[in-house]
Order: sequence, then C-alpha cells, then structure tokens
Amino acid sequence: MVVGLRQVGSHGRQPLWIDGAAVGFALLAGLISWLVTRWRIHNGELQVETGLLRRQSVRLPLTRLQAVDVVRPLLGRVLGLAEVRVVVAGHGSSRTRLAYLSDERADSVRAQLLALAHGLDATTPTAPERPIVTVSGSRIVAAALLSTPVLLVLLAVVAAIAVTVVEPRAGFAALGVLGPVALTIGLGVARHIGAEWEFALAESPDGLRLRAGLLQTRAETIPLARLQAVRVLEPLLWRPLGWVRLEIDIARRRDHDRAEHESTTTTRALLPVGPPDLAHWLVKRLLPGATVDQPAHSRAPLRAFLRAPLMHHHLAAWHDTRYVACVTGRLRRATVVVPLAKAQSFRWVQGPVLRRLRLATVHVDTAGRHFPGTALLRPADEAAAWVTDLPVLARAARRGVDGIHQL
Amino acid sequence: MWRARLLLLVIVAVPAVVVVAVVAAVAGGAVPALATAVVLLVTTAFVGAALHGRYRSWRYAERDEDLLIQRGLMFRRLSVVPYGRMQFVDVTAGPVERVFRLATVQLHTAAAATDARVPGLDRAEAERLRDRLASLGEARAAGL
Repeated sequence: MVVGLRQVGSHGRQPLWIDGAAVGFALLAGLISWLVTRWRIHNGELQVETGLLRRQSVRLPLTRLQAVDVVRPLLGRVLGLAEVRVVVAGHGSSRTRLAYLSDERADSVRAQLLALAHGLDATTPTAPERPIVTVSGSRIVAAALLSTPVLLVLLAVVAAIAVTVVEPRAGFAALGVLGPVALTIGLGVARHIGAEWEFALAESPDGLRLRAGLLQTRAETIPLARLQAVRVLEPLLWRPLGWVRLEIDIARRRDHDRAEHESTTTTRALLPVGPPDLAHWLVKRLLPGATVDQPAHSRAPLRAFLRAPLMHHHLAAWHDTRYVACVTGRLRRATVVVPLAKAQSFRWVQGPVLRRLRLATVHVDTAGRHFPGTALLRPADEAAAWVTDLPVLARAARRGVDGIHQL
Repeated sequence: MWRARLLLLVIVAVPAVVVVAVVAAVAGGAVPALATAVVLLVTTAFVGAALHGRYRSWRYAERDEDLLIQRGLMFRRLSVVPYGRMQFVDVTAGPVERVFRLATVQLHTAAAATDARVPGLDRAEAERLRDRLASLGEARAAGL
C-alpha cells in the first residue's frame, strides 16, 4: 500500500509526510485489528469476536473441528510468531484465524483445541506423530525445474542467444521480450519450491499431518473424511527419473480468500515428487482397497485412436465395487481414482462421431473442483453397463460408510 | 416447450424476413429480394426443426434410487443423479416459459458439473416433481 501511494504521487515531488502517514495508517489499522480481536475457548466452543465498528462474533463448536493448522509466515518466523487457522465443518471463512500468537502459545492452543475436539481433557498433550514420508529440498528443486514451462523458457533463451550471435539486434530484442516471461516463470517456480520445501507427511491420531515450506512454513491436517478424489501424475520429463506426483482433491467451501487459495493449490499435493511405489502405498493408505495398477482389458479400444490419437496410448478406465479409476493425458499420464461413496452424479455423453465409432464417455462427478473422473472413449456397451451399475454400487458404498455422519 | 420456442422463433423471424426482403427489393430489385427471402425462410425452417428435435428428445425418469435425464439428438447425454446426493431442487420460469405456463426443474448436487435440468414442464408437473424429489432427497441424504 505504501509502495502504491508512492507510485501514484511520483509525478510531482512527494512530501515525505505522506509516505510516513501511509505507513502509520497501516500500522494503526493492524494494531486496532489486533486490539479488538478477542477469542477464548469456552464451553466446548471457540468464540472469536472481531471488528471495531461492526462487531462480528463467531462461535465454532469444537466437536465439528476438522483441522487446526499452524502457519508461520516469514516475518512471523523472524519474530517468533505463528498463526493458528481453525477449519470447522461447514464454516471455512477467514474469520477463524487467530493471528500471531507466540510459537509455544500457538502449539499449546492447537493441542488444547484438538484435545477438546476429541472430548478429552483440555490439558492432554498432542499425541506424537509418526513420520511416513519426507521429501528433501533438493528433490523438490529438481522436480520443479524439470517442468514444461522451465524447459520451454530455457530453450527459448538458448535460441535467442543463438540468434544474437548471428544477428545482434534481433537477438537482443528477443531477449528483451523473454526477460519478463522468464522472470514470471522463475517467480512461479520459486514460489512453488518455497511452498513445498522439505515436505514431510506424518501419521497422527487425528489424520495425516503435512509440514512444508521454506519462507512460510505450514503444518496442516488433511481432513481425510472430505477426500473426493486422488490423482497420480506422471509427467514425461520425470519419466527417466521414475518420479510421480500424488495429488488429492478435498471439498472446500466455495468462498475462500486469497491466502487460502494459494495454500489450496499447493496443499493438493500429498507427495510432491517421489517413487511410484511410495505413491501407490499412499493411495492404498488413503483409499483402502484401491489399486493404481491397470488390470487387463481396461485400455481404450483401438478405434478410439481415431478420435484421440495423442491420448490413446494412455486412455484406460476400470472400476471395482468401491472405486472408479480413469487414466487420461497426452504427455503427462494422469490416473484419477474416485471413491464411489463420494460420487455425486454420473453422466454419459456420446456425440455423433463417437456414435459412429461405437464409443461413449462416462463422467463421474465429484464435489472436488480440480480433477473429475472421466472415463473417455469406452466401448458403447461397456459405457452403458457402467451407467447402470455404478449408481447401484455407489449407493451400496454410501451405505457402507453411513452411520458416520460425515461433514 | 418446443412449441413455445417455435412460436417465438416464428414471431421474430417473419417480420425480419419481410423487412429484409423489402430492403433488398428497394436496393437491388425483385430477384435478390426473393432470393434473400427464400434463404431466410429455409434457415428458419432448419432452426425450427432443430428446436423441435431438441425438445422432443428431452426425457426424464424417476427411478427408485435416482433420477435419469436424457437429452439431445446429435450429442446424446444421460445424467444419473442419486436422490441421496441431491442438495437442492429449484423450479425456475423464464419469460417465455411464464407466458406458456411452463417451468424448468433443476437439481443441484455438490458437484458443479452436474447438469440435471428438465425444461418446459407444465407448471403443476414441475411442482409435483420438485416436491417429490425434495422428499426423496431428504429420505436418502448422505453427507459429503
């Protein structure tokens, strides 16, 4: 905000007191917001009151607690402060953030909230975690650099340098254009690396705990009950090294503010980069009984080549009584596993070209927003059988998990 | 529903054809005017036939556990929405539908991609369907 004001006034001579006033205003706003925010844990609820002019009072029942996360932004790490974010089922707005407690206080509050959520005494210490996966920083860096945008930028820079040698003016122009593009991509890569640095996954009594971060560190709980789909990605550039990436899709509320959006895009990865057998083991841990290995006869028939020549070698889909798995992708092979208990609706689509080829596509819709289950280009009779069988299996699967009223 | 849309199309198209024909006659003479009029009439006929096909092919079936909706002639689509997954049902009526006392019933689930719509139902039928779906959905509700 201070920088913005400075830019605006850069035409004339900006008196210094305007800058000072802007900084002072920002500090004052922060101070007021900190002063008027009061919270306490009382009667099995977390009560938070904020706002100076318009008071907002939020009461979160701790029995519906899904996750308590501790986030340490860069400045907070320097000053020894942390932020506690509380996620309660059905209420994921930004008000449930206790900003900037001291480190030990944040951890003790987290332990207290978790103990109360499980119905134990408030002074029970957190149960120890058992680490199951760690990914070193160097591997994260290597994986981030081996991505398509980085490769394209490198190739473009090399080409531009080659052109410069031959024809200097055109080469410099090209480099001038490439500069901002490379910078943007570089920043994106750096942010990605920073968010997933030293990734560690641990098993604890209240689910899976995820720790990551370079400048801003976060310790999050993955609410497994809201898991909608799981995806295993195998990019082409990682194939020689034998790395895969595992992502999960969790149903969240639609309105979330900017900071949560950033963490959502990188929280999705449960294994940012790792060997395939580790990914398969994690999939089995998240979805008991699911397989990621393709059974025979699950590949798309040969005539699907006419409709999707670039994807044909990857296309496959299969299901059992509890899960549907679909494989798609051109250069990057993506395997999506959807638990039938979470399927929201099923759609069967057949255009005129597909009708001629006796193929059809079946979509399994989930409440997650990032990767739906799409069984592309299956034989028509198999697709018809799926649309008949899958709703029945889904109902049986839903009844299997009923009794636990999942929120 | 197709009758409604067809009527609307005719109401819009005939004056347009007449106006264009008159303009063409004034500008170019009799032959271009006739040609333009013929072309426009043929186009209108095609669009009308497509509308007819589209709305005739829209079907729905209430089964025991889910609702089946089938639509489309060229791009055939079938949606299966289990009752337990329905979050809410709404009945809407746009201006064309209101004139003909029709309504559209739409089901919503937690997935944004679910497209379960049945347009052009008779209003009483639409409300009956909505009430029935709401009660069935409640009876079989499942969490996320």
